[in-house]
Amino acid sequence: MLATTVVEYMTFVVAAMICLMGAIGVVALRNPIHNALSLIATLFGVAVLFVAQGAYFLAAIQIIVYAGAIVILFLFVIMLLGVDEVEEMRRERSMIRLPLALMASAAIVGLVLVSVLVGSREVTGRRTANGALDEGSDINVLGRSLFTDHVFAFEITGVLLTIAVVGAVVLARKAKGDVIDFDEFPIEDDADLEEPDDLDTGGDNSGDVSGDSSGDISEDSSRGVSP
Amino acid sequence: MNQPSYLILSAVIFGIGSLGLLIRRNPLVMFMCVELMLNAVNLTFVSLSRSLGDVNGQIAVFFVLVVAAAEVVVGLGLIVSILRRRPGADADDLDLMRG
Amino acid sequence: MEKLLWIIPALPLLGFLVLIPLGRKLGEPFAGWLATAMVGGSFLAVLITFFDLLSKPAEERAFDQHLFTWIPSGSFKVSVGFLADPLSITMCLFVTGVGALIHLYSIGYMRGDPKFPKFFTYLNLFVFSMLMLVLGNNLLLTFLGWEGVGACSYLLISFWQTDPANASAGKKAFITNRIGDWGFMIGTFLVWTTIGSIDYANISSGAHGGAFTGATATAVALLFLVAATGKSAQIPLFVWLPDAMAGPTPVSALIHAATMVTSGVYLLVRLHPILERTGWANDVIAWVGVATALVAATIAVTQNDIKKVLAYSTVSQLGFLFLAVGTGNYVAAIFHMVTHAFFKALMFLGSGSVILGMGHEQDMRRFGNLRKYMPITAGTFIVGWLAIAGVPPFSGFWSKDEILAGAWGKGTAQGYAMWAIALFTALLTAFYMTRLVIQTFFGEEKWRTAEVLADHGTEPDDDAGPIDAHVDGHGAHGLGPDHTPRESPVLMTLPLVVLAGLALVGGVINLPFTRSTELLGEWLEPVIGPHSLGVEGPGLFALALVATASSLIGIAFAGLVYVRKRVPAEDVELDLFAKGWYIDSTYARFMGGPGRVMFDSIAWFDQHIIDGAVNGVAAVVAGSGAQLRRFQSGQVRGYAVGMAVGAALLLGYVVTRIGL
Repeated sequence: MLATTVVEYMTFVVAAMICLMGAIGVVALRNPIHNALSLIATLFGVAVLFVAQGAYFLAAIQIIVYAGAIVILFLFVIMLLGVDEVEEMRRERSMIRLPLALMASAAIVGLVLVSVLVGSREVTGRRTANGALDEGSDINVLGRSLFTDHVFAFEITGVLLTIAVVGAVVLARKAKGDVIDFDEFPIEDDADLEEPDDLDTGGDNSGDVSGDSSGDISEDSSRGVSP
Repeated sequence: MNQPSYLILSAVIFGIGSLGLLIRRNPLVMFMCVELMLNAVNLTFVSLSRSLGDVNGQIAVFFVLVVAAAEVVVGLGLIVSILRRRPGADADDLDLMRG
Repeated sequence: MEKLLWIIPALPLLGFLVLIPLGRKLGEPFAGWLATAMVGGSFLAVLITFFDLLSKPAEERAFDQHLFTWIPSGSFKVSVGFLADPLSITMCLFVTGVGALIHLYSIGYMRGDPKFPKFFTYLNLFVFSMLMLVLGNNLLLTFLGWEGVGACSYLLISFWQTDPANASAGKKAFITNRIGDWGFMIGTFLVWTTIGSIDYANISSGAHGGAFTGATATAVALLFLVAATGKSAQIPLFVWLPDAMAGPTPVSALIHAATMVTSGVYLLVRLHPILERTGWANDVIAWVGVATALVAATIAVTQNDIKKVLAYSTVSQLGFLFLAVGTGNYVAAIFHMVTHAFFKALMFLGSGSVILGMGHEQDMRRFGNLRKYMPITAGTFIVGWLAIAGVPPFSGFWSKDEILAGAWGKGTAQGYAMWAIALFTALLTAFYMTRLVIQTFFGEEKWRTAEVLADHGTEPDDDAGPIDAHVDGHGAHGLGPDHTPRESPVLMTLPLVVLAGLALVGGVINLPFTRSTELLGEWLEPVIGPHSLGVEGPGLFALALVATASSLIGIAFAGLVYVRKRVPAEDVELDLFAKGWYIDSTYARFMGGPGRVMFDSIAWFDQHIIDGAVNGVAAVVAGSGAQLRRFQSGQVRGYAVGMAVGAALLLGYVVTRIGL
């Protein structure tokens, strides 16, 4: 079972510290880039904890997929959209939200703590016969279980990913539907891209694609999404 | 380490994530907080799977991972398309659903 | 035949359904022949059922065919089924028989009318409704037929609806009937709350078993009396029948002489187990009948429109029927209903023949000596006249005498009083019918004067009311090339002859000499129970003598006034009678005056309070919705906070409940 050695204890403490620091960093830092980097730290800490639990495959997947793809995606979008300006933390619309949020989160954490500390002796999960983990290759067991018990869900996730990709492509397209090929139509000067700016009226999503006041950003974004 | 510690840790991470989700206004940062919460849940699953000796916990983590990835893809696509038109918008500005 | 009872009403229904789409295409006269064939076929089916019933012993003479359950609602079950027992088959016989004859007559009468097929569509629907009324085995089916005949009478009375007078006559009939319908419905509800069923079988057994207390039975009887006064045109709801003469004459014959108006009496006879349980309600019925008979007879004395005379005569004869029902003399009521169907339909059809022959003239003061020109019409009409006057051996004598004897036979002071009034009414009946016959078929030819020739047909008479003013549409014209009346074609005279024969010999079905000649009484016994008049043998003979004497006196007096001119007519035709005892005008003044105020206030109530409540509820909902929409701030983070708080609460609930 779980051997409680000093090494493991230290591993846990260190990894836990990393996770917590990263989590606080995600929430508290101002610059979105810093937030993303803190997220990577948390993910890394979680991966270490996975390894400590014996879920090697998942740890690897965590690093590769989560830290290596998802957060990178976040970073791309941050840099694409240039939302690296500092946002104002004080200008809240509704003053009651902050205390409520604090109380709700604290309540959730507290309740989980209570249930864990008080009731952990009474965990009553049943074990599946063919899913029993033993010390050693968890990936074998994982794979076998995945392709026999959960094969249907597995296939569905394939479909899900396809849908997600298609959806993302559709969502991020320009409004007219045509993607401009900049090799065919090279941009002469900035004047071509500027269009009347009616964004100040607010709430208006009608077909206004490339017109905006911050000219640099629009150039970057339009160049960014053409294939 | 014994199991309750892991559960406590994941609970705390979850709490921090939910707090961040409710406090921050930048959509991207809110999204990252969601990822935090999902990771906390994954941690719970794995530790319980370990203590029960059942692989289904890890299966769950697997699927959570996949779905989180898909979710991030679509969510970021949305954020891109919204913020492209209204740069500098934050979550409070997107209130078209008001009654 | 039990399984095939449904054919009887189905054939006219089929005729109606076929004529709706195809009527105009079939055109004249095929639409008429189709309708007549349907009713004729129905009559044959009734005949077969009749003989089938005859072949069975008396106790088993009731076919009850259950078709399907119409309303299966918990303990309230209403089925569609037909009850063929002697009472209903008797009604069906004359409904379909006389109905078929009238259909045949109408083919000739309505010749040339542009709405010819529609007429027969309505006629078939009417016969169907009447058959449902009579054959239905529960109150709801009877009500279905009740409403159906009401609707058809409205359609047919206002058949030539381009004249607003006709349209109002139709509306008046329908609305007055509606008041009666209220009584029907409340009575039905009361029956249901008492015995939990509205089948006639259950009503009969329940009443015999004592389920109806005296008070309940009285209430039910009075409510159904209200219904019957509406349909059978008694006081105070008779005002629609004279106005209903605006419809074509075959309609008057079928609906207002032979069938629909008798449905009220049929209803009361059908519910006789309940009537037998009440005390003074029966007296109310009888008095209503007697009073109506007298009042209507006095009004008929003064009428100049031939159809109006017959209309008031119908009201009066219906009063006799009510008298019979009120005195418990159900056999006499049915007997007189049958004979009345014969001679009244005969006379209405005869009057239609006269009207047609005179070029749509209805004022009797312009008739005269028509027996020379329309012999068949005159001959048959005279048979009907003698029958209604109560001259033996015509059928009317036997049936009317039975009613009178039943009133006398009660032995109470009320019974004697009713007998006396009814006797006087019989005298009046003889008087005004003789007056009609004299003015129409005898005497000088008043239509030969030049002024009448110049404007025949369309001039309304002030006390004649709406006449069939259909000059534009109707092409058939009885006046000959030199403007003399001509006899009507065979299609019209044949039914007249048949009906005359029936009016002549119809009395044989219930001759009072011995038990064995009282065929009708014996036939109806399983339904009505044994009946006795309370007067036997020599007493009966004496009463018959008195009745015959009164009829002859009436005839003689009419001859005195109108032939010999010994007594001036104005002394007899009092103004009070001519104005209908001011009943109709009182109603009109009430409806226009205080009635209007009442109706307006009810309309105001409906509009402002009831509608206001409904609209108010809607306004409250909309208003609260407008307030609640403030919760939708559109702020996603606000929603997220709500979700987090909710999740925390749920978690707290779960944690505390687990009992850690």
